[in-house]
Amino acid sequence: MSPDELRDDQVDGPELTARLAKTWGTDKGIIGALSTVDHKVIGRRFIATAILFLFLGGLSAILMRMQLALPENRLMGPDFYNQLFTMHGTTMMFLFGVPIGEAFAVYLVPLMVGTRNIAFPRLNAYAYYVYVFGGLLIWVAFVLNIGPDVGWFAYVPLSGPEYSPGKRADFWAQMITFTEVSGIAVAISVIVTVFKFRAPGMTLDRIPLFVWAELINSFVIIFALPAVVTASATLMMDRLVGTHFFNPAEGGDALLYQHLFWFFGHPEVYIIFLPATGWVSAIVVTFSRRQAFGYIALVLSLIATGFLSFGLWVHHMFTTGLPQLGASFFTASSMLIAIPNGIQIFCWIATLWDGRPVFRTPLLFIVGFFFIFVAGGLSGIMLASVPLDTQVHDTFFVVAHFHYVLIGGNVFPLIGAVYYWFPKFTGRMMSERLGKWHFWLAFIGFNATFFPMHILGLMGMPRRVYTYLPEMGWGSLNLFTSLGAALFFASFVLFLYNIVSSARRGAVAGPNPWNAGTLEWASASPPRPQNFDRIPVVTNREPLWAHRDDLPVVAGLSVENREQLVTTVTDARADLRETTPEPSIWPFIAAIATAILFIGSMFTPWALVWGSVPLALALMGWFWPKPSTEDER
Amino acid sequence: MTLGPQPDNAMLPHRVVMSARSMPGYAYGARSPIWWGTVGFAVAEGMGFAIAAAMYFYLVFINGNWPLSAPPPDLLWSSLFTVVLLASIWPNQRAKRDGEREDLASTRRNLVIMSLFGVVLLVIRVFEFGTLHVRWDQNAYGSVVWLLLSLHTLHVLTDLGDTIVLTVLMFTRHGHGKRFSDVGDNAFYWYFVVASWLPIYVIIYWFPRWW
Repeated sequence: MSPDELRDDQVDGPELTARLAKTWGTDKGIIGALSTVDHKVIGRRFIATAILFLFLGGLSAILMRMQLALPENRLMGPDFYNQLFTMHGTTMMFLFGVPIGEAFAVYLVPLMVGTRNIAFPRLNAYAYYVYVFGGLLIWVAFVLNIGPDVGWFAYVPLSGPEYSPGKRADFWAQMITFTEVSGIAVAISVIVTVFKFRAPGMTLDRIPLFVWAELINSFVIIFALPAVVTASATLMMDRLVGTHFFNPAEGGDALLYQHLFWFFGHPEVYIIFLPATGWVSAIVVTFSRRQAFGYIALVLSLIATGFLSFGLWVHHMFTTGLPQLGASFFTASSMLIAIPNGIQIFCWIATLWDGRPVFRTPLLFIVGFFFIFVAGGLSGIMLASVPLDTQVHDTFFVVAHFHYVLIGGNVFPLIGAVYYWFPKFTGRMMSERLGKWHFWLAFIGFNATFFPMHILGLMGMPRRVYTYLPEMGWGSLNLFTSLGAALFFASFVLFLYNIVSSARRGAVAGPNPWNAGTLEWASASPPRPQNFDRIPVVTNREPLWAHRDDLPVVAGLSVENREQLVTTVTDARADLRETTPEPSIWPFIAAIATAILFIGSMFTPWALVWGSVPLALALMGWFWPKPSTEDER
Repeated sequence: MTLGPQPDNAMLPHRVVMSARSMPGYAYGARSPIWWGTVGFAVAEGMGFAIAAAMYFYLVFINGNWPLSAPPPDLLWSSLFTVVLLASIWPNQRAKRDGEREDLASTRRNLVIMSLFGVVLLVIRVFEFGTLHVRWDQNAYGSVVWLLLSLHTLHVLTDLGDTIVLTVLMFTRHGHGKRFSDVGDNAFYWYFVVASWLPIYVIIYWFPRWW
C-alpha cells in the first residue's frame, strides 16, 4: 500500500461509508453481475438457487404422491416414476441439502466473523457457477426425457454400462462431480475465512455457534466428498472407457461402489444437519435473550458428530451380507451418534428453559424441529439395529425415518433461518401472521405426510414402486399421506408468497431488528458492499450485547484498496492487512470451461484433453494480476 | 424485543481501540491465508489419493491373487521418476527459501529449474505408463493402477502449469511483494505432490512383488 494512500483513520462518517462502498462495490450491468466476488451477492444467489431446487424437488415429490394416492393409478408409467424419484432424491440431496448449508455460510460467515469478504472470493464465485451448471445439466436432461432413472445413489450394476445404456446415468454421474467440486471449493473458502479472517479478539471460545457448525461441516465436506467424486468418476470410466472397477467378471466388485458412495453418503446426512444446528443455536440464543447454555458442550458435540459421521456408512449396507463383526461395530457407532445429538438438544432446551423465550416465527420452526428431529432420531436408533433394519429394509419405514431426520433436521431449521435472517438479506421483515399460518400448515402437513409412512413400511409397502394392488390394504394410508403432502406443499407456496410480498412491502427492519448479539447485526440491513466501515474487535461471545453503545473497532485499513485484516488462527490476534481480489469475469468463464470439459467427457475421454485447454486459459486469466501502483514503482 | 424501523446506520456507535497501519501487507507460510487454502486442497486431494489406494487394497482383498492376469509393472522408469522427484526437493526448497528472502534473481532461476523438473518428470511418466503391462480396460487391476497413476500425473501436470505461470510472472513487473509468498505456497504444494507419490510408488510397483 502506498504511504500516501487514504486510510480509514483519516476519514469518518458518511464519507467513509460512501468511499468504502465504492471500493468494495460491484459494477452494474450483466458483466458486472457475472464478475462480482461479493460474498453477499454470491450467497444470496446460492440461497435462492438452492431454494429453487427445493421447490423442484418438492414438485417431483408431489407428482409421486399423486401417483401413489390410489392403488393401480395410471397417472404415469414406471419409466417416468423411476426418473421422478431419481430426480427427487438427487435434487434434494445434491442440489439442495448440501448447497443450502454452504450457501448460508457464504453469506453469513464473513459477516459473523467480522470481515469484509470470504477468503478466495473468486473461487467462491466459481463454485457457485459450477453448482448452477451442474444443476442445470441434470434438470435440462430430465426435461428432455434423458434424465437419470437409477435412483439418487445410482447403484451398480443398474447404473453400469450393461443395464443403463444411453446417457441417463452419465448425466447423474457428471452432475455429482460438478456439485462436489463446488462443495469442496466453498468448504475450503469457509475454513480459511474462519481460520484467518476472524475479527481481532474472536478467540476459539468466542466463535459464534453457527460459525462453528459451518467450520466442522466444511471439514466433513473435504473429507467425505472425495469419496463420492471417486465413485461418480469411476462409474463414468466404467461406462465410457471400459474400466472394470465394479465389474465382478473382471475382478471388480459392485459392493465397492456402495462403500464409496456411503462413505460419503452417511456423512452427507450430517453435512445437511450440521449447518442446521448452527441455525438452531443462533435462533435459540437470540429468542431466549441469553447466551447459549453449554457452549463448550455444544462445540464438542459438533466435533464429535463430525468424527462419528464417518463411522456409520455401513449401516446403509446391513442387508448386503457383510461380516457379523462389521455389522456389530456399525450398529454400535450408529447408536453412539445419538449421544452428541442428544447433548445438543438438551443444551438448546436448557437455553430456552433458563431464558425468556419469545415465540416469534423463527423460534416456532425450531420448536417444530425439536419434535420432528427427535422422532426421526428415535426411528434411527431402531434402524441401527440389524434385525429391525433387515426386516424393514427398502420399505416406507425407512422413507419415513429419513424424511423425519432430513426435513426435521434441515428444512424446519432452514425455514426458521430464512425468517430470522430475511431482514438482514433484504432490509425488510417477513409477515409474522403469515409465518404462523405457515408453521402450522407445515407442521401438520409434514406429520400427515410422513407419519403414516412408518405404518405403511411396517405393513410391508416397499420403496420405489410406482403402484400397488388394492388387495394390499395400503390405499387409505397412501391417500391420507398424499393429502398431507398437498398440505405440506401448500405451506411452501405460502412461504414463497410471504417472501415475495415481504421483500416488496415488509416493514423496514433496521440493522438489528431482533436485538441479536452476533456481528452480522452490526452491519446495515442489507449490508453495504464493505460489510463494516471499521472492523470490530470482539471481547465477548455476543459482542452486540456486551457493547451496545461503543463497539470497539480497528482503524488503519485502506479506503481505496480492498484490504482485509488477517488474524492468527487460535487467538485471533491482528497480524496482516491483505488485499483481496477484485471482481473478475474469469471465474464465470472458468466455470463454463469446466462445464464444457465435464459434459464433453460424457461422450469422449478426449474431452479431458481438449477441454483442459480453455480451462487452463481461463485459470491463467483468473490468476494473472492486474497492474497496481506498486508494480509501476 | 425491538421491532420495526430503525435508523439505517452503517456503523454502530464505536471507539477505535487498535490500528492496523503498521501491519505488513503479506506474509509467508501459515501466517498467509493462501497457505491454509493450499493445505485445504492438499487435504481434499490427499483424501482422493487415500480413497483410490483403499480401492486398490479392497480389490486385492476380494480377488486374493494379485496382480490379475499381468506381471508386476517394471521398476526402471518408475524408480527413475522417484529419484528425479526426490531430487526436485532441493531446488524446490531453494525456491521457497530464496522467495522468502525476496531474492528475485535466485527465485527466477529456481523456478525455471523447477519447471524443467516438471517437464522431465512428465516425459518419464509417459514411459512409465508404457511399462505397466496392463491396460485400463483389461481388468480391475489395470483399472485401479491406471487410476492411481493418472491421479498423480494430473497433480504433476497442474503443479507444472502453476509453476510455469508463476515463473513467467516473476519475469514481469509483477515479480515482487506478494508473488514471493506465492512461490512459497507453490513449493509447499510440490511437497504434497512428492509426498503423495511415495506410497503410490510402493503400492503400484512393490506391493505386487511382495503379495
